[in-house]
Amino acid sequence: MLKTRIMPTLLYKDLGLIKSIKFDSWRRVGAPLQAIKVFNLREVDELIFLDISATNAGREPDFALIDELADYCFMPMTVGGGVRTIEHVRKLLKVGADKVSLNSIVPDNMSLITEIANKFGSQCVVVSIDAKRDGKGGHEAYTHSGKMATGRKPENIARQAEESGAGEILLTSIDNDGTMEGYDLELIKKVSDSISIPLIASGGCGSFEHMLQALATAKASAVAAASIYYYTEQTPLEAKRYLEANGIKVRI
Amino acid sequence: MGKVAIIDYGMGNIDSVLRAVEECGAEPVLTNEKAVLETCSSIILPGVGAFSDAMRQLKKLSLDLIIKEQVLEKNIPFLGICLGMQLLASRGTEGGDTEGLNLIKGSVARFESNAKDIRIPHMGWNEVVFKTDSQLFNGIDSGKDFYFVHSYHFKPDNDSDIAGTTPYCGEFVSVVGRGLIFGTQFHPEKSQKTGFRLLRNFLEI
Repeated sequence: MLKTRIMPTLLYKDLGLIKSIKFDSWRRVGAPLQAIKVFNLREVDELIFLDISATNAGREPDFALIDELADYCFMPMTVGGGVRTIEHVRKLLKVGADKVSLNSIVPDNMSLITEIANKFGSQCVVVSIDAKRDGKGGHEAYTHSGKMATGRKPENIARQAEESGAGEILLTSIDNDGTMEGYDLELIKKVSDSISIPLIASGGCGSFEHMLQALATAKASAVAAASIYYYTEQTPLEAKRYLEANGIKVRI
Repeated sequence: MGKVAIIDYGMGNIDSVLRAVEECGAEPVLTNEKAVLETCSSIILPGVGAFSDAMRQLKKLSLDLIIKEQVLEKNIPFLGICLGMQLLASRGTEGGDTEGLNLIKGSVARFESNAKDIRIPHMGWNEVVFKTDSQLFNGIDSGKDFYFVHSYHFKPDNDSDIAGTTPYCGEFVSVVGRGLIFGTQFHPEKSQKTGFRLLRNFLEI
């Protein structure tokens, strides 16, 4: 049976790893290579590495950095941040990324998803959607690290991304990010129900119980988390033991 | 362990495979040239992407013929990974009906799922149940998890070519083996200790 993936997220900004709260108020949490080596040793299921300042700084992905990190990463790695062309994707895959995550470019350029899927396969296109509650009972998608409102609903972007050839959705709640108060279950459920590709839930995880809620209640296919690993003593392995005891199939 | 040719045909994650082979103690050589390939004692064909695109690339570089010569005439051990495994088939459908390398008879088809909780692509860790005592599996327990990420799967015509299966959308073939020709649908280079053990087993043939 396919195991549920428990993934650490690494956010990269200004040469180091950071952790944000609500996509703001950054705190430095270490060096990327060191983090990758630790997670590699712990044999985590998969890693997400997002360079969150690339797009806003008008930069390309840092291929040399990814090349170095991938050399020590013998687990699957999704890489995002600043990806705007098929050439970026080709280079990232070549230096060792397994999947590439698209965010800011997506709402206005669904055809890029199709182009990548046709060339490299759907399985390597992750569409990352950042969403915030809109105050009217729904959600709105944002790009550029939460700075730019799209006027569109995350579930519609997700559905269109799937139709265009995306292989997976990484869905992050801006409101819950870094709060450690739990995932936005309503958001996850809504998007998960709209698509038939896997969905990774992100934003707000502060306990193993939160992971269980996102998986069992909101029907996420996988859970991503960051703060819980940085600010508590808890590890991905302990998370999996808890989930297994609660009926979720995981790899231990 | 001697030199290992990792075929470079512009399709995907070759660096990960190269690093993994290095970690296993062998000497990887990234190449698409006949003269270099002929100096290697085994061949790995990696790849992510669409079947038709990949075959077009292989043919453009005459790699289809070179691979067949090395594998069929010189009996050089061959491992296809993910798309590299699928290319062993007689034909594929991704990106239009396309002839494959035809080293293991069969076809490649897309997963079909009607169940809401069986999502496509098949993405993540899943178990591989061994159907033979292939030397690839030395020291690995049947049922161990490997990392998968794919929407298409290989359907061999002959059961004797099936070395391992995985439960998803029913059950699909995750390892093929015929003589010294092998293919894994999962990524051993991303499957940590178990994956490395399998790679080492291949490199030691």
